[in-house]
Amino acid sequence: MDEKALAVREFGEKVMSLLRKIVWLSAAALAAGTPAMAQTSDYKAAKAAGLVGERVDGYIGIVGEATPALQDIVNDINIKRRAVFQKKADENKATLEAYAFTVGCQSIARTQPGEKYQAPDGTWKTRTSAPPERDPRCP
Amino acid sequence: MAKTGMLGASALSAALSGCINISAPDEPIVIELNINIQQEVIYRLAEDAADTVEENADIF
Repeated sequence: MDEKALAVREFGEKVMSLLRKIVWLSAAALAAGTPAMAQTSDYKAAKAAGLVGERVDGYIGIVGEATPALQDIVNDINIKRRAVFQKKADENKATLEAYAFTVGCQSIARTQPGEKYQAPDGTWKTRTSAPPERDPRCP
Repeated sequence: MAKTGMLGASALSAALSGCINISAPDEPIVIELNINIQQEVIYRLAEDAADTVEENADIF
């Protein structure tokens, strides 16, 4: 193989590698972009309607009958929460579970009347104007 | 002298009769260290957790 052919081949490989990068990046942008934005408002609507509620462990759960749409919302939010919890737990030298549980104490305390939350016995409750039933370990 | 002797004797008898009996309980003694440690951790993390909820309003 002469030098010219080698140079052409090298150039070709560089172009291909660049093209692959562009395709991959646009696919990633599409996957991460608009659907996630839409799901945040879906989550807020489901929360306001009492279809999803705050669990004791710091994540959200489906309150009544599960549907694929609700499951998508719950999975999306819980994956994002878990990532935040893990980062914060590491920063605070705590376990993921302890950090998530502490957030659960906070997010249950912050529920608005009409929203759903999980009581320490595992049952779903509707928040009233009274303080919510929380785990005795909550601050 | 006699008074001191009397006092000494009563103290001795009190010490002798006041022995403590310890019987082993039927149930094993379980100390729930886990709960205490976790509560300490929860109190330590509470402020940071409250900030996390506020800073990530889109997922809370």
